[in-house]
Amino acid sequence: MATTVPMTAPDTDIRYVESPIRAFAIATMFWGVVGFLMGVTIASQLAWPLLNLDLEWTTFGRLRPVHTSAVIFAFGGNALLCTSLYVVQRTCRARLFGGEEMGWFLFWGYNFFIVTAALGYVLGVTQGKEYAEPEWFVDLWLTLVWVLYLVAFGGTILKREEPHIYVANWFYLAFIITVAMLHIGNNLALPVGGTGRSFGVAGGVQDAMIQWWYGHNAVGFFLTAGFLGMMYYFIPKQAERPVYSYRLSIIHFWSLIFLYIWAGPHHLHYTALPDWAQTLGMVFSIMLWMPSWGGMINGLMTLSGAWDKLRTNPALRFSVTAVGFYGMSTFEGPVMSIRAVNALSHYTDWTIGHVHSGAMGWVGFITFGALYWLFPVLWRKSRLYSERLVAWHFWIATLGIVLYITAMWVSGIMQGLMWRATDELGFLQYSFIETVAAMHPYYVIRMLGGLLYLAGSLIMVWNLYKTVTMVESEEPQALPSGAVAAAAE
Amino acid sequence: MAFKFSHGTIERNLILLGVLTLITVSIGGLAQVVPLFTVESTIERVEGTRPYSPLELMGREIYVREGCYTCHSQMIRPFRDEAERYGHYSLAAESMYDRPFQWGSKRTGPDLARVGGRYSDDWHAQHLRSPRAVVPESVMPPYAFLDRPLDYRRVGASMATLRALGVPYTDEMIRNADADLRAQANPEADGAGLASRYARARQGVFDGNSAEVTEMDAVVAFLQMLGTLVQFRDVTPEQLRQQ
Repeated sequence: MATTVPMTAPDTDIRYVESPIRAFAIATMFWGVVGFLMGVTIASQLAWPLLNLDLEWTTFGRLRPVHTSAVIFAFGGNALLCTSLYVVQRTCRARLFGGEEMGWFLFWGYNFFIVTAALGYVLGVTQGKEYAEPEWFVDLWLTLVWVLYLVAFGGTILKREEPHIYVANWFYLAFIITVAMLHIGNNLALPVGGTGRSFGVAGGVQDAMIQWWYGHNAVGFFLTAGFLGMMYYFIPKQAERPVYSYRLSIIHFWSLIFLYIWAGPHHLHYTALPDWAQTLGMVFSIMLWMPSWGGMINGLMTLSGAWDKLRTNPALRFSVTAVGFYGMSTFEGPVMSIRAVNALSHYTDWTIGHVHSGAMGWVGFITFGALYWLFPVLWRKSRLYSERLVAWHFWIATLGIVLYITAMWVSGIMQGLMWRATDELGFLQYSFIETVAAMHPYYVIRMLGGLLYLAGSLIMVWNLYKTVTMVESEEPQALPSGAVAAAAE
Repeated sequence: MAFKFSHGTIERNLILLGVLTLITVSIGGLAQVVPLFTVESTIERVEGTRPYSPLELMGREIYVREGCYTCHSQMIRPFRDEAERYGHYSLAAESMYDRPFQWGSKRTGPDLARVGGRYSDDWHAQHLRSPRAVVPESVMPPYAFLDRPLDYRRVGASMATLRALGVPYTDEMIRNADADLRAQANPEADGAGLASRYARARQGVFDGNSAEVTEMDAVVAFLQMLGTLVQFRDVTPEQLRQQ
């Protein structure tokens, strides 16, 4: 069975490509801190608008895409490249297709994309489409890098010495293929001669539909399918147990990738998008609950018989809590996609809170869990510098998320209710600006939540830095831990 | 049938796995996107919509550049409170020439789909320069830097690009782009050409300073035309029907 592959892979003489993967791991950490810092910055701007600094480069409007791209594409993207290139080599028992050079090209190529995109936002070069802000020349570069990523990943699978392709690789493959499709589909544009500016081939309602087909599946495939690949490798590794159910993996995979693509129109409820499309989006979003929870169950139940490890292994705690947040977000999402609920939640902070329980809780935590596992392996250490610091990171970050999402639930629902409140004579009860003023305390709490999350990530950076630089006195052969067994794999 | 399906066949063959994945993820998108281009009644058949005038277009480009959509929607939903606060719900026809669409997804500030004509030009200019001088509780960033000359060298090329994508700009409109742009920002200029090419386009000293055309002129001209094109008095329910 495919699910048993990574558990029993014997030692080989394969020289896996590792240096670029170490670079990706460091970049993940670096961009994570940048992304969280940008988040705290723009959250503070909403609480104290003076922090826009009266400069054109530091307004909320220009920095918000820097935050979203830094977290999704820089932090998340480097984490996905890092882990996928690591996992595909181990589970296929094959050296990366294209070798070190390919790895380094992907590293510099992808991070060059990030830097160019971010500089563009600050300078006002943008397409004005959420999560797809980079202009055509940056998009073309990313397309090239992405095609080579597919070649490297697929090429490694073709070279494999295992008969089966391991389930984590299905998810990574679906993520790479679908993101390519979405990226090209949503960025088809005609440049204005001699400038960096372009206009998209679709406008108005069609552009809106294509944008949210892209936007929701950036969540579905970038932030979900790819990270599920991570779950399917690192949780079994950390728990030292095979994946709970092979059949559930198959059902999870095909139903998730089929249903997700339809969910985009729930971002456009009650807009000028025709009703038939909104209804389709709602129905498929609700159905999506099932495969999402199927995947969650598969991840959590992998721990059966090994639950005690949650007490002794704080890194595993991150991975498992991540799956818990995944389950929570993928329940909240279908609820919010119901038109009647969406009528209240749309345009409010509730959506922001929902996104952050997914991004901080699921994407962030599953990545932290993977990083804590990978650093000792990649740098040939028997253990992390400090497990206690991992536990501190865990609790500080969890508290940060709780503050963040509860503040956004309260402010979002309050905002939605204030907008629609009417007095006994049928007049609107609140002016818009009164609803803005009412948000202030929640914006402050949200900022504090973000600050805690950032503080946790700095603890991680320190811990991982010390892990890499610490000198171990023991004999390298006498190491018993699971991490080292895996390193030799 | 002797054939027995096993998932093992798929997971042993990269090409098969990749192709089946691509097919699986293509279906939903095709089903939702293609009909929007082919079903004619997706866009309501109302009168009055037109492409942006050159000055409005440049204003819109600044609106996009500054990421205004991160806090302001341009899409009024068909609810009682939104009708009270913002006006008639937004039609697909009203954004049919918008590239990119700017419906937005968050209202940190109010919806702007029908902000045109609600406030004076002067109010907008003051508010953009220093939002809290006009609305003390506002959390909007200040945009005083928009009081700088508008670089409109590419306005004609932009209109030509938009025309190539299907926006009905005529040769005459593109030929007169620079002149129309300057005329709209200067009430002293002859506005007959502008008015004939762009119905309901209004001339004004949008930033309160007639000496030069600034980015502020363009943004305010854009804000002031939002939602003013369709005359809802004359619209029949039949025209609004959308499938």
